[in-house]
Amino acid sequence: MSVVADQNRPGQRRREGAGTPSPAMVRVLSVVVGLVAWEVYGRAVHSVILTYPSAVVRAAYELVRAGELQFYLQSSVVVLVLGLASAVAVGIPLGILMGRRAIIEHAFDPYVNALYATPLVAAIPVIVVWFGFQTTAKVILVFLFCVFPVLINTFQGVKNTDARLVEVARSFCSSEWRLWRDLVLPSSVPFILAGIRLAIGRGLVGMVVAEFYTTITGLGYMIVQYANSFRMDRLFVPIVVLMLMGVGLTGVLRRLERRIAPWLQVPQEE
Amino acid sequence: MRADDRISPLPAVTPAPAPPQAMVVVDQVSKSFWRRGTAALQTCSLQVPSNEIVCVIGPSGCGKTTLLRIVDGLIPVDSGRVLINGIEVAAPRPDVAMVFQHVGLLPWKTASDNVAYGLRLQGRSEREVSDTIARYIDLVGLRGFESAYPYQLSGGMQQRVGLARALAVNPTVLLMDEPFGSLDAQTRELMQEELLRVWRSQPKTMIFVTHSIDEAIILGGRVALMTRRPGRIKEVIDVNLPRPRDPEAVRRSPRYLEMREHIWHELKVEVGGRALS
Ligand SMILES: Nc1ncnc2c1ncn2[C@@H]1O[C@H](COP(=O)(O)OP(=O)(O)OP(=O)(O)O)[C@@H](O)[C@H]1O
Ligand SMILES: [Mg+2]
Repeated sequence: MSVVADQNRPGQRRREGAGTPSPAMVRVLSVVVGLVAWEVYGRAVHSVILTYPSAVVRAAYELVRAGELQFYLQSSVVVLVLGLASAVAVGIPLGILMGRRAIIEHAFDPYVNALYATPLVAAIPVIVVWFGFQTTAKVILVFLFCVFPVLINTFQGVKNTDARLVEVARSFCSSEWRLWRDLVLPSSVPFILAGIRLAIGRGLVGMVVAEFYTTITGLGYMIVQYANSFRMDRLFVPIVVLMLMGVGLTGVLRRLERRIAPWLQVPQEE
Repeated sequence: MRADDRISPLPAVTPAPAPPQAMVVVDQVSKSFWRRGTAALQTCSLQVPSNEIVCVIGPSGCGKTTLLRIVDGLIPVDSGRVLINGIEVAAPRPDVAMVFQHVGLLPWKTASDNVAYGLRLQGRSEREVSDTIARYIDLVGLRGFESAYPYQLSGGMQQRVGLARALAVNPTVLLMDEPFGSLDAQTRELMQEELLRVWRSQPKTMIFVTHSIDEAIILGGRVALMTRRPGRIKEVIDVNLPRPRDPEAVRRSPRYLEMREHIWHELKVEVGGRALS
């Protein structure tokens, strides 16, 4: 059990001299330079080997107008959302249980460790045999990719609950259930959210891999199809969409963190 | 904690017993941590008459916090026992509240939600909760900070929220572990006066741990002196000053000066003794 919550608290990276440009500006500039370089180099290379940003944008426009991108994206998103949601729904309660009850911890620990360490791609044939090629099998795969970071981080968060606050709760005669609600859950929130961020990344991998190896559908299908027909510009569209999904979901989560855990904003207001 | 030590419940037909007169009895309590590693308390005995304030004073690390945690039922004793109103303490009770030395506010709850914590756990109606928290927030002088999170409050303000949280459940026994430790002298005196005012209007039995001899004499009906670790109650001084007390007048009285000197001397013996051992 060793997925550490990444606690890079905001506000720490502020101590730069007055002359240096703002971090946001450096980021934007870096991206612009990267895109321009790609555009220039991409145009010089044969279109079977590499494409360039403006071609990708044009291909995306075509695919959206034909309705193709939406169609495949939808089937991918359904798989991702179902898999991720069930991973959260199972991972958080089980993580809390493992953190609060030693028996459950020791009973589940070997399985969690073993499955987390297993490259789950290797288990795909088994899943196909058991659950077929359809959506169910894909959701289960995404679930397996996502559940361990959520579970392990929740467990870590629960273990991290301040023992002195647990004593305060006991002093006020809190029931175990209220203790979960008032103490254990909120103090694990940063860990849980970090776990979900990790899970989103793994879930996207699981989703594409599932689409490659079971019935070929979704964004995975688009990738395979356009790779086989050497349409580099169109091939990059689902890849960029996957990237945007990863970045977007992680960003949403950061906002959510600020909304549901305002007490974590301490360093920002200093 | 044998079962036969407990008072068996009375049959329903008997008339209701007299209203509970809380009284804390600490009887020959010993406690060490890490299986007889550090002895924190050794045959420590203390009696707190109901509705009396006993101030406990002793050198740092002598076991004061440990004593309060035992009385609150948070940790078990190695030997001896604690009775509250004749019933042996085995677990925390809702009519006993504690103000913690480390304050122990929940970082994710606002000041008023922290004050409401005990009340909500007792399942009081939201109406009652909001009335009560308004009263105690006022009492500790934190109006305007109801929706501030603990990290937005100073150390002293946090302590006052902790005090309000304990007072809000209107306990019969109140255990206070250096509740005014990080307040400035003026606020400290104001809080002492407020505490005595609350105590007069809603009498409770209090054990009040402090490092301030002055505070102990101003507040306490009795002052209990502890030895250095492993802690024992070495002497209980009857303060014997009339109430309500005017702190200024008390400080000028010969009795105050005499007690102050005596306590100071006794504490110095304990602290000095430790340095030598
Ligand atoms: N949980 C614990 N585990 C091990 N040792 C402990 C624990 N709690 C307290 N002790 C030890 O017991 C002794 C008494 O501690 P306690 O906190 O009761 O002192 P105190 O009188 O409240 O001190 P202070 O005035 O500094 O608050 C100390 O020597 C401390 O090291
Ligand atoms: Mg202490």
